[in-house]
Amino acid sequence: MQRIGVFVCWCGSNIAATVDVKQVAEALGKEPGVVFSTDYQYMCSQSGQEMIQEAIREHRLTGVVICSCSPRMHEATFRKTCQKAGLNPYMVEIANIREQCSWIHKDKITATEKAVILGRAAIAKVHLNAPLTAGTSPVVKRALVIGGGIAGIQTALDIADAGFPVDIVEKKPTIGGKMTQIDKTFPTLDCAACILTPKMVDAAQNENIDIISYAQVEKVQGFVGNFSVTIRKKARYVDETKCTGCGLCTEKCPQKKIPNEFNLGLDNRRAIYIPFAQATPKVATIDPNYCTMLKTGKCGVCSKVCTAGAINYKQEDEIITREYGAIVVATGFEPISMEPFDEFAYSQSPDVVTSLELERLMNAAGPTGGTLLRPSDGAHPHTLVFVQCVGSRCDGAQKGKSYCSKICCMYTAKHAMLIREKYPDTEVYVFYIDVRTPGKNFDEFYRRAVEEYGVHYIKGMVGKVTPQDGKLKVQASDLLGGRQMHIDADMVVLAAAIEPDKSARPLATMLTASMDTNDFFTEAHPKLRPVESPTAGIFLSGACQGPKDIPETVAQAGAAASKVIGLLSKNSLTCNPCTAKPDELMCNGCSSCEKVCPYGAITYVDKPFRGPNRTTLTRRVAQVNPAVCQGCGACTVACPSGAMDLQGFSNKQILAEVDAICR
Amino acid sequence: MPVNQEFKPTIVAFCCNWCSYAGADLSGTNRLQYPANVKIIRIPCSCRLNPMFVLRAFQRGADGVILCGCHPGDCHYTTGNYYARRRMTLLFSLLDYLGIEKERTRVEWVSAAEGAKFAATMNDFCQTIYNLGPNRRLEDLRCKSE
Amino acid sequence: MNWTETIERISGVNPRKCMKCGKCTATCPAYEEMEYHPHQFVDMLSSGRVEELMGSRGIYMCLSCFACVERCPRNVEPAALIEAVRTAVLRQQGANHMKADAVPALLEEELPQQAITSALRKYSKGG
Repeated sequence: MQRIGVFVCWCGSNIAATVDVKQVAEALGKEPGVVFSTDYQYMCSQSGQEMIQEAIREHRLTGVVICSCSPRMHEATFRKTCQKAGLNPYMVEIANIREQCSWIHKDKITATEKAVILGRAAIAKVHLNAPLTAGTSPVVKRALVIGGGIAGIQTALDIADAGFPVDIVEKKPTIGGKMTQIDKTFPTLDCAACILTPKMVDAAQNENIDIISYAQVEKVQGFVGNFSVTIRKKARYVDETKCTGCGLCTEKCPQKKIPNEFNLGLDNRRAIYIPFAQATPKVATIDPNYCTMLKTGKCGVCSKVCTAGAINYKQEDEIITREYGAIVVATGFEPISMEPFDEFAYSQSPDVVTSLELERLMNAAGPTGGTLLRPSDGAHPHTLVFVQCVGSRCDGAQKGKSYCSKICCMYTAKHAMLIREKYPDTEVYVFYIDVRTPGKNFDEFYRRAVEEYGVHYIKGMVGKVTPQDGKLKVQASDLLGGRQMHIDADMVVLAAAIEPDKSARPLATMLTASMDTNDFFTEAHPKLRPVESPTAGIFLSGACQGPKDIPETVAQAGAAASKVIGLLSKNSLTCNPCTAKPDELMCNGCSSCEKVCPYGAITYVDKPFRGPNRTTLTRRVAQVNPAVCQGCGACTVACPSGAMDLQGFSNKQILAEVDAICR
Repeated sequence: MPVNQEFKPTIVAFCCNWCSYAGADLSGTNRLQYPANVKIIRIPCSCRLNPMFVLRAFQRGADGVILCGCHPGDCHYTTGNYYARRRMTLLFSLLDYLGIEKERTRVEWVSAAEGAKFAATMNDFCQTIYNLGPNRRLEDLRCKSE
Repeated sequence: MNWTETIERISGVNPRKCMKCGKCTATCPAYEEMEYHPHQFVDMLSSGRVEELMGSRGIYMCLSCFACVERCPRNVEPAALIEAVRTAVLRQQGANHMKADAVPALLEEELPQQAITSALRKYSKGG
């Protein structure tokens, strides 16, 4: 039998005005197991807390019930108080007689009656409480960043600056991501490469950062502080340690007609290639789909010209397994496919391009050397039509995305402005539904495009693009002008919606991190915890969480890094002791609980049990990892044999509360 | 109805710790009234609600049971309220079959910011139970203390 | 039931889904012939100006080619709405219906007939 102390708080007049606290203390004092019952003006005050501690010692209390404000308010306070007096903090229960009683009832008799019942329920629960000890788990002081774009690089740099080792896993042969393909950045118009490449070099030279490029995450095990990650480093058939990045092989390779992904297929590359001049690591990679040597065993030109002897046609994928304390997801975005939007003739005419393709066509390192030329005939375009919101803001059942891609309004203003500045003889039309430019100096930027650069912004949409006689016939509506427009354009630029990278979905499954219906990672709280995933130890950086521009991405990357640093600077983590616990003798190993666990906290082990006649039976039973379990209790209800129970909220405890309330 | 004026229903409200319990606290903070017949039991998540608890409440003489959880998609544990929704749909059908009117059981999503919704829900639910009268179907009189 | 509700019920069009992008109007091949344009139908429905639309001869200029339905990013279906308006006009008790003999004189030389367009649409989808 427990020895329970009951403490009824007046909370000044907050409780005492509508609840007869003396009567409550007296009524609860008569409950079985209660050896001490009192009331006091402010239980949470210093003297109130001392009174509780004294009572614990004097009456050798094994359980404490405090009738006061909401447990969300002071449960932690009273647990600490009792812990100091030598009582297990989980032997404390709070009866919420303020928010859920005195504040909502006016009649003193009813409120007092209810307070007594709530107190009884708490007493009934404490009778069945068991002392719980919060476990600790060690923290591996190394972080993993998945994705090496600007988000991943910034996160890694910030973590490394704090002195913790970081690995960046990048699926492409080089880090840098989408930002490497961008020409200029809004709203300042500084060149993307000029601000990004120094960061790439910093990341490569930082002794705390290990870049694992041309690699992907294969498997994630473990939990916050103790992840074990398997990474497959794909064979690039070039020894990274020997290759100097001189690029001779990429000039001599006879396979010339391979679409260059970096320039979005607007020009060609060789079978052995370095994506771009500032690639990090600057190491050549052989594309096994096109290399004649790898396909037929005949060629070997690159190997002959390589003075460093770096070419190795026999290289195999390497499997790396490492331990991490925290994982940051920075998988970024992709523009959506334009194939379903055949009204814009994207697949019919090379002169209809996406905005990212236009970036390459305007970039000095791009296929045209920075001169804007029509892909079809290399002529200088005179009329350009920009179409906004292609695939963004579509109805759920449609081929596009329901969300606003956020960055398109600004980059289109940028493109229009740059084109008008460089080629004043061009006419630029922008068809928009809404112009959305919230952000520092963003709207001013858009207005400059209209007012200073004379870009024609037209409220309306393009209905149809028809390639005809070397021109693009554009039929569009001008809603404010109330007319239908027919423009003979040289180029049409589509502001394609952006979507999460395709690798994000399988990764989310591996990480047990949740995603929304659009495959963007969900944050733990949309306002207050924007860079954390609901899964402990997984953090989000950049556009994998939602469409973002560069400044926002960098800000979020820094925020994610600070969360990681906060985690890694701890030597061990305190776990929530209110976790699920299976009764191994009752468990039949059916896996029902494992299936409903959102955290992957439940595993199965074969365990020997003593059978009849000194035999040993091996049975498959559930095991809960208390460091991963968050204590939701989904498994306890799913368990068909009733083996699973939740500590702190056990079946017996809740039933006792129900009984006390219905008595 | 004269019988109902004497009738003091017992209503058990199971509230998830993260949304609905906080919503209940908020309705208290805002001094929004609802009948004292409602007694709240805090559970970590709506998915912690074992159908056994509901059955037990009716066995012990509860007149209505309501489960409040986070709105779909807002569960602190990501998917808990979806499990709760499915389980309760099934359980309530079973209870209906046993003669416990569907109106005596309810699932409601109340966020931490919806203090007013919590109070309104409880008022409405209490009124429904008043109209239905006492529940006798599953009550086990042997369990009564008096 | 008022006209707005009637049209919404017949057509299944929810004008509140419209984000006023004007792609329907940009797409419309019969733009020049119409008094009101597709995006305006939707706007008139949402602002309760259906009777004005019902009185317009322009509703018969819609070819029912369904290009607007095909391209609308929000699934609003302006052509279905105009079809419903025409139905509503027909359903009006005591309304002055045209006589079959009068039809040939009313046909526009420039425009293909609805029935032909509909047939083309029906048989070109590989249904």
